[in-house]
Amino acid sequence: MKLRYLKNVVTLSFCSQTCMNCGVCMDVCPQGVFDQKDGNVFVADRDACMECGACQRNCPFGAVTVRAGVGCAQAILQGAIRGKEPNCGSSDRGCS
Amino acid sequence: MKNEERKTQKQGSLRRRRWRAMTGNRRSCACETIKPSRNRSGRTHPVDTLMQVGDRILPQVSSALGIADILGGLRVRWGWGRMQYAIPPGLYALGQPDRNSPVLVSANYKMSFDCLRKALKGLHAWILVLDTHGINVWCAAGKGTFGTEELVKRIRREHLADVVDHRTVIVPQLGASGVAGHTVRTQSGFRVQFGPIRAQDLPLYFAQAGEASLAMRQVRFGLRERLALVPVELVGAAPWTFLAGVVLFLLDLVIAPNIGFLAHLRNALWGFIPYLGAIVIGTVLVPILLPWIPGRAFALKGWFLGLVWVAIDLMVIAPGSSWKQILFLSLILPPISAFLALSFTGSSTFTSLSGVRKEMRLAIPVIFLSVTLSLLFLVITYFVSW
Repeated sequence: MKLRYLKNVVTLSFCSQTCMNCGVCMDVCPQGVFDQKDGNVFVADRDACMECGACQRNCPFGAVTVRAGVGCAQAILQGAIRGKEPNCGSSDRGCS
Repeated sequence: MKNEERKTQKQGSLRRRRWRAMTGNRRSCACETIKPSRNRSGRTHPVDTLMQVGDRILPQVSSALGIADILGGLRVRWGWGRMQYAIPPGLYALGQPDRNSPVLVSANYKMSFDCLRKALKGLHAWILVLDTHGINVWCAAGKGTFGTEELVKRIRREHLADVVDHRTVIVPQLGASGVAGHTVRTQSGFRVQFGPIRAQDLPLYFAQAGEASLAMRQVRFGLRERLALVPVELVGAAPWTFLAGVVLFLLDLVIAPNIGFLAHLRNALWGFIPYLGAIVIGTVLVPILLPWIPGRAFALKGWFLGLVWVAIDLMVIAPGSSWKQILFLSLILPPISAFLALSFTGSSTFTSLSGVRKEMRLAIPVIFLSVTLSLLFLVITYFVSW
């Protein structure tokens, strides 16, 4: 069973004009967000995106943009308290 | 001064060891067995033997985990010394690799390294361990320590181009949020091939000539993965649980008439059961039952189970409670479970920053409000008798 999180929240955007269909995003995405049909890459499951940023970092053409970060409440809370961007590992518990 | 002495001593012993290995005056295979030792930072070397490669001596490990590795893995699963469970970064030989053997990149969290070598039973490979400050691949990639810069630096520092003839490094897929494959190639000449997510899939991946199936490419969060996280969640909540128990005991001591220490203790322990339940729900039951609890937001799942627990508590543990107790428990227990469930977003594998932010904007004020109301209500009922 594939677990799903909130709908229509992710910041993922994909530009099919800049995309050269190399398919590296399909290799790096751990959630199966991208798929390919007739050689063309497209976003198949947008709500499955967890904003890890792997696709953006590995797209050689800059066709994918996403505000990458950690989906971790403790990190967001710690970040808000310290007035910084959320980053895991700042607390002694860290992330697992 | 002392440090310098130690450094020269260390260099001396390394040189001697290298010389012995090179001249082969101890063993014909040019390898010598050394015991796993500890360096200054207390990190354990997972080294079985040393291997000579050209004019270099590299640590050589096997795929078999020892008792210490297994116990260490169990220990960190309970959060004990988890942030110090590290190995020195660098190039390791697994088995008897040669110039054509694959190069696998890993983090210097010992559990990551052990997972990798355990999966490579019967295979010979090079393992390039990056310095991720003892953090696992995925988390370190998110932070950027398992990243392009560190990988390029490590390839150069370990002279990887002199060790192998091919120009490919296999990076675990979950390292992709930190490693830009195309940049690594232009900067180091090595092509990054993203391997499967789980190390266990590596033998099959090699058998399929470096082709990862869709199942290998998608992260799982099944019952087994969620169960593995329960201990560390429990340990994380333990200090707060203990503190809450002590506060409850002290409150009982102050508020209730003097009935003797043991009676107070019994009261506090009995009265603590509802809270303990709420904590266990947030840290154990929510992770285990995650797919089956209604709702998508974690806090909502926690709140829901918290309410169920209030009902159970009132029916089984404290039947015949007054309406005041019912109202108080309904206000204080669900937010405790909800908050702990919300914290579990950090351990889950499918929550996004935007999603958790959205959830928190609503959940945190509601949790805060509910707890405040419950405490206000408690104070009011103490002073005003209905």
